[in-house]
Amino acid sequence: MSDNANSIRELAVQGLWRNNPGLVQLLGLCPLLAVTGTITNALGLGMATLLVLLGSNVVVSLVRTVVPSEIRIPVFVLIIASFVTVVQLLMNAYTFGLYQSLGIFIPLIVTNCAIIGRAEAFASKNAVLPSAIDALMMGLGFMLVLVALGAMREILGQGTLFDGADLLLGDWAAVLRIELFALDTQFLLAMLPPGAFIGMGLLIALKNLIDARLQQRQTEAAGITRARVTGTAQ
Amino acid sequence: MSFRIASSPHNRISRSTAEIMLLVVVACIPGIIVQALLFGYGVLIQLVLAISTAWLAEALVMRLRAKPVLPRLKDHSAMLTGVLLAIAIPPYAPWWLIVVGTFFAIVMVKQLYGGLGNNLFNPAMAAYVMLLISFPLQMTQWLPSVSLQPESLSLLDAVCAVFTQYSCSGFSISQLQSGIDGVSMATPLDTLRTDLAAGLTLTESMQQPVFYGIAGAGWLWVNLAYLAGGLMLIKLRVIGWRIPAAVLGSLFMISLLSWLAAADSNPSPMFQLFSGATMLAAFFIATDPVSASTTNYGRLVYGALIGLMIFIIRKYGGYPDGVAFAILLANMTVPLIDYYTRPRTYGHKAKGAGK
Repeated sequence: MSDNANSIRELAVQGLWRNNPGLVQLLGLCPLLAVTGTITNALGLGMATLLVLLGSNVVVSLVRTVVPSEIRIPVFVLIIASFVTVVQLLMNAYTFGLYQSLGIFIPLIVTNCAIIGRAEAFASKNAVLPSAIDALMMGLGFMLVLVALGAMREILGQGTLFDGADLLLGDWAAVLRIELFALDTQFLLAMLPPGAFIGMGLLIALKNLIDARLQQRQTEAAGITRARVTGTAQ
Repeated sequence: MSFRIASSPHNRISRSTAEIMLLVVVACIPGIIVQALLFGYGVLIQLVLAISTAWLAEALVMRLRAKPVLPRLKDHSAMLTGVLLAIAIPPYAPWWLIVVGTFFAIVMVKQLYGGLGNNLFNPAMAAYVMLLISFPLQMTQWLPSVSLQPESLSLLDAVCAVFTQYSCSGFSISQLQSGIDGVSMATPLDTLRTDLAAGLTLTESMQQPVFYGIAGAGWLWVNLAYLAGGLMLIKLRVIGWRIPAAVLGSLFMISLLSWLAAADSNPSPMFQLFSGATMLAAFFIATDPVSASTTNYGRLVYGALIGLMIFIIRKYGGYPDGVAFAILLANMTVPLIDYYTRPRTYGHKAKGAGK
């Protein structure tokens, strides 16, 4: 049981931080850069990707023993495409405003390398439960990056947070809109794709900085243990 | 005592980076004076803001990188970036514009690429382009030259205008932008492009007061001043002649051809050479030793490419001047140009030079 808990923890660490699809694998950059103009868009696409990833990982894991390895990629794409269609129809039905503002990027989830990457690298080799947990963690990691980038760009670009959240979460969510500061002129660079590239670079730099600090602390701590070991040997 | 062995070249001018940067700044001064006299004192305030922001940003990044701050500030490269950006933006642009721009130039374009000597793009021009696509309205707010301004602005007015966008006597920038007849005036390049797009011929468009003189009121003198400063730099051997000559030569040739082909829809070569930021670009910005080509032949190609781009962007683009985009695009091609124009090493035969 503790082994099981360990593997779950390992999957979470991999998906959310160490092997984050957005920051480390740099997969799915197209939606990452294109739709993160606001938190709402980022959250919408992040949840859609998470759902598709969860569904496709579970199904791929279920059929992994019956699919001949020569045709596995087309089969994976078919599975992913069916889930994307489901999600697209759901969004069309329940969050129509967001469906319109995300536009082509919802069907394009099919081509998101993060999803087919997980299907090929993890789900096709593991049982259903680990695959589902892996999908959940990878999807959450991707969504967190989307939301962080969306927040950065929305604050810099128009000085608000959760603008248009009612499109995603229903009418009550209009109260979520926070106006941090009113700008006479929008900072267009933050809203345009180049701003997304620059913001993404800064996020990756931040992650590397945190990693470097953590490692430094670890080596310092390791130094102390070594001193203790020699102490007992004497 | 050991005998010092040095490889060639043995006879060289040993100027430090700081001296070169300072000389370039000094060579800008005639142009800045003319700009201040003909287009108002706003440029002086922009200079103060830009230089102080550049120093602060540089010091901040050097501290973050845990490197000595003072030596880096003393090489004047940050100051030069600030100066070039302050000259390039409209003189009465709001204060935060130049602060954001200079910060971006120093932190993003220069230091994040590794600091002085490692930047791929010219920091001042990259920042200019960033500002132009982010704040198109503020970046195209050029006032007509002083002789055409309905109200003359004092130095105090200029301070008010930069910080509040209103002169001390309460005129807004857009009011100041209009001529005596109340028609808003853009730069000659802008006016010409709009008019040509609207179907006017060159002669019809040139009747407007903003075109008084060869290259538009005031612009000729600004360009001549930068030309003088640039020639001084060549004379002092701070910059080589190849890049400026190639920029101006190719711009002249292509605008001459287009003018001869269709004189009604293309401005004369003289207008192209002495309007906008042509001279500033050719002598001060394209010659940036870090982002320009490093081989002699490559410098000619690089300069000619800039001249061609300036012409194309001015004619077909949608922006007030094509200089900044032209230089950034040429910066991108520099590694390729350098690769294909490597000079023959002494003692080796040139490629295809016979048996």
